[in-house]
Amino acid sequence: MLEVQNLQYQIGKQAILNDISVQFQPGLCHLIVGPNGSGKSTFIKIVSAEIEAYQGKVLYQGKDAKKITKQNLSQYRAVLSQHTELSFPMRVDEVVMLGRNPHFEIAPSKKDNQIVQDALDLLSLQNLAGRNYQTLSGGEKQRVQYARVLTQIWETPQEELRYLFLDEPLNNLDVYYQQQFLSIAQSFMNDATILIGVVHDINIAIRYAQQLYCFLNGKIVAQGVPETIVQPALLKQVFDIDTSIVNHPQTGKPIIIF
Amino acid sequence: MAPKSSLFFIVLTALLIVMLLIAIAFGAVSILPSEMWSALKHGFTGKEPATIYESVFIQLRLPRVLLCAITGAILAVSGVLMQGLFRNPVVEPGLVGTSAGAAFGASIVFSLSPFMSPSFKSVLGPFMVPLFAFVGGLVATYLVYSIAKDKKHISILSLLLVGMAMNAIGLSGVGLMTYIARDPQARSITFWNLGTFSGANWFQVFVTGIMAVVCFWLAQRQAKKLNVLLLGDQEAGHLGVDVKKLKTNILILNTAMVSVATAFVGVIAFMGLIVPHVLRLLIGSDHKKLIPASILMGALLLTIADVGARLLLAPAELPIGIITSIVGAPLYIFLLKKFQLNQTN
Repeated sequence: MLEVQNLQYQIGKQAILNDISVQFQPGLCHLIVGPNGSGKSTFIKIVSAEIEAYQGKVLYQGKDAKKITKQNLSQYRAVLSQHTELSFPMRVDEVVMLGRNPHFEIAPSKKDNQIVQDALDLLSLQNLAGRNYQTLSGGEKQRVQYARVLTQIWETPQEELRYLFLDEPLNNLDVYYQQQFLSIAQSFMNDATILIGVVHDINIAIRYAQQLYCFLNGKIVAQGVPETIVQPALLKQVFDIDTSIVNHPQTGKPIIIF
Repeated sequence: MAPKSSLFFIVLTALLIVMLLIAIAFGAVSILPSEMWSALKHGFTGKEPATIYESVFIQLRLPRVLLCAITGAILAVSGVLMQGLFRNPVVEPGLVGTSAGAAFGASIVFSLSPFMSPSFKSVLGPFMVPLFAFVGGLVATYLVYSIAKDKKHISILSLLLVGMAMNAIGLSGVGLMTYIARDPQARSITFWNLGTFSGANWFQVFVTGIMAVVCFWLAQRQAKKLNVLLLGDQEAGHLGVDVKKLKTNILILNTAMVSVATAFVGVIAFMGLIVPHVLRLLIGSDHKKLIPASILMGALLLTIADVGARLLLAPAELPIGIITSIVGAPLYIFLLKKFQLNQTN
């Protein structure tokens, strides 16, 4: 379990996150939505142990995240952020292999190579494996980064959970890959995996989230199963828009019409 | 290592050995292989050189060629490190103030040494020049880095602009030292602005050589982390790299070797730019290969440049910095242009 206790974070005098306490259970897809500036991205940076200057506690299986060494953490915690550019030419499979870096000392093992191949397969990147990363389109780059991030925590560690954080990873993707990204995340899910993601598109979030969190002004104003918490009143409060809600003809899940 | 890259290393090593032999043999006087051999034998057994050719070889040619090769390797590796650190292909020690700062530091020793107390001089002895060069190089690089940095982000444009200003400050410092220096010191300062190997001696070879071996070894140990850093500070952090520590280590390492080389041979521009660029095209961006390859290719290219410097106007000698700049500056402009295009896309 990933537990956040009384989390406070401010930049200067401005509070970004305000007394957040929440628990994330393994085996569920936790997605976060909220307007710009609501603190959701900062929240991901804190729970993924990138930012450390916060008050309160972030506990990985009861262990204080600040007390886990970066190196140790990198073996079972991976983060996918918005977009990553390279200044130098590098082959796609080399970029993906960087994700295995926490797991080998000098040279990658056979197993590392196999994992990279599997990840390339999973993201349908096999035919791009030898290409220069710099020449790819924005969406292709994002898929390569996703493959890299997945290779980092490809295997479930024996004594730890594995943690996957997605920080608005869908921004450059067209609809097909937005869906594919989250389906892959779902297929990656097991009882030893905690998945927390920030997603911009509320309808995508409703479709894939098992637990949905709405951020507003540095607080979580609603959390729970999407079907129960998504109501026009909440959307008015969080996003300041008037909406109608209908049900998806196949999945039965709510769809928001703006 | 892939068969392709091991072949590459073999070819590069072979080329370097051939070029070193050519560099030793040719110059104002030519030296035959038999003379080299007997000079080496005499050198190791402690005897005096038998002929003038042997003593030219032992006392002038050999230290010069070795110092040149070591310097070339240092500048090339430094280019790889700086570019990896700033994630930018247009960075090299001559452009971010390291060389100018080091030259300024060294010029202080040269021109002020007549005024320094003898006890101070005897403590530091011959290490005074490298030490002052190191401090000068480190201060200049650090200043450029911290002025150009804006919160977390470091923009390449401001880095180069601040670097330019720092170069101007460093070189006017050198100018000031030249002005107040007495005549013989002034001449040795003037040499630096363009770089020279004509004063090479065995002491310099040993100091730079030891520095180079230690720094190359330490650099190679950072190679894997530098690869991860290619993804960016944030991503490298996620992959378990202590980015701040890595950057500090690389900066110190780099400044140490560049300053020592600069202290002895002066400012040789653009070497650190050319070599990494060519190597990335040939063998890719993996620092585990890039660092050893740049040692070989840096040594090779600077040796070629030095032979050119000696032979083009023989018996007179061109400052080697002129040759590296003639080749390097256009390449630099080309890279800058290309990088600009990449960024606007």
